[in-house]
Amino acid sequence: MRPTRTALAAAGLLALVLASAAAAYAMSSAGARWTPAERALLRSLTLASLGPLPADPSNRWADDSAAARLGHRLFFDTRLSGTGTVSCASCHMPELDFQDGRALARGVGTTTRRTMPVAGTAYSPWQFWDGRADSQWAQALGPLESAVEHGGDRTQYAHVIAAYYREAYERVFGALPALDGLPERAGPVADSGRAAAWRRLPPARQEEITRVYANIGKAIAAYERRVQYAPSRFDRYVEAELAGRTHTPASALTRDEEAGLRLFIGKARCVTCHNGALLTDNSFHNTGVPLPRVALPPDSGRTVGVRQAVAAEFACTGRYSDAGAEDCQELRFTVTEGPELVRAYKTPSLRNVGGRAPYMHAGQLASLAEVVAHYDRAPAAPFGHSELVPLRLSAEERRQIEAFLHTLSGPLVAPAGYLVPPATP
Amino acid sequence: MRITSPYRPARRRAATAVALAAAVVQLAGCMLFARAPEDLDYARTRTSEQGLYRGTIRPEGDSIPQGRLHRWTLHLETAAGEPVDAATIAVDGGMPQHGHGLPTSPRVTRHAGGGDHVVDGMKFNMSGWWVVTFRVSSAAGADSLVFNLKL
Repeated sequence: MRPTRTALAAAGLLALVLASAAAAYAMSSAGARWTPAERALLRSLTLASLGPLPADPSNRWADDSAAARLGHRLFFDTRLSGTGTVSCASCHMPELDFQDGRALARGVGTTTRRTMPVAGTAYSPWQFWDGRADSQWAQALGPLESAVEHGGDRTQYAHVIAAYYREAYERVFGALPALDGLPERAGPVADSGRAAAWRRLPPARQEEITRVYANIGKAIAAYERRVQYAPSRFDRYVEAELAGRTHTPASALTRDEEAGLRLFIGKARCVTCHNGALLTDNSFHNTGVPLPRVALPPDSGRTVGVRQAVAAEFACTGRYSDAGAEDCQELRFTVTEGPELVRAYKTPSLRNVGGRAPYMHAGQLASLAEVVAHYDRAPAAPFGHSELVPLRLSAEERRQIEAFLHTLSGPLVAPAGYLVPPATP
Repeated sequence: MRITSPYRPARRRAATAVALAAAVVQLAGCMLFARAPEDLDYARTRTSEQGLYRGTIRPEGDSIPQGRLHRWTLHLETAAGEPVDAATIAVDGGMPQHGHGLPTSPRVTRHAGGGDHVVDGMKFNMSGWWVVTFRVSSAAGADSLVFNLKL
């Protein structure tokens, strides 16, 4: 009996020593918990890996600070709408990460898509859920003429610029064209009366007004381009982990959040598409997102979006672009057809995703829990083919991924005053 | 790096691997889904399926970036080692495990001489196993060069 008891005690002691050693190891050498490949992957997901703002050769004024100041004023100006009540900021609210918290955006009417955030979009070659615009300035011009968003038109906007922004505009873009005799309301819009008035204008007049319109977009883009994400707790966590530093409350992840991160880059494979410092591959995928809760017209996503992008009046290759022939590589080499474009939508950045319910292109999923459950379940697509396969996550794993996603929240950063309305509209 | 046997065409190997991977996915779910078959040949010089050509890919900057348009040079030779300049080359590819093609439509934009062909518009937006296929047609005949990439 005695030897057995001794052996048991020895074994117990050994187990205790091993357990404490393991615990001490886990607590003391944080960075060692990640393999070299994981460390490289983690680094690639942080803002430290983002790199400088890519040039926008299609917008000569993209980095012009006077253009950005003008764009800031235009972004918040409700006079740039058919009703005088809608500005870009009506849906892209700075205090809500430049989105509106609604399933479907509401301008002068209700749209068929969810408002997308603005920060960091200068890094994306494609704008909108279906990528139908290939620059920030081309994107900005879409809602301004949409019957359900701003509801205005080109001659109206030219008159607004002449009345309220002449000096600021002309300092950046040069002289405004003469607007004498120009209809108050005309443009290539859905409204038949205003569209007919536009058609009656000589082509040269249409072109000079359209150039003013394009410049409005370029000024707004110069502003939007300066709105960026600042580090989140996740960024600080990775920085401390990789440097082998002890975590502070500002950098520490809870056990669940850390487990969620492991799932994010491992078993759940979220990182396959949500990669890079903005956690998006800037591409388009059908992930079998359910149909919207309200009946909307059929929406085939990138299938139509890419056709619109290629043919767009304000494309990189168009006459209002400042780009040279070799500059429009994304447009030049984009995939224009194929089954994988059907109901494919842009991978959104996951930065600040925790404060941005509801989710998906028409706000179909009300919470992050629903989103994670969707990717776990991988239902068949309503149409087209979903790229997802079931993940077979446990309820705890789903909860951990959700917990991790909240660590991606951080403040926005922009030049002074740019995250609030301008003092003088 | 493992060298593919010249008697077993790469695409057939890839197809077998895809079929196997698909079967494994059915059985075991996504954890295995994400992993590429282990016996893939990632060599940058490959012999074409019917053995008519040898091709070497040279990505600009050597390492293949993720999420950025970049340029490749494809060096093309006959099986006998003669550089091939006059060729029609179509570029195709995708992620076999995801059922989608390349996110861009890369093309040969210039025949640079000495068997070198400049390929523009290459882009890989996701991590994982990619396949890039060059369908080559020249006086030597029509054949396909298949390259595996791991991002």
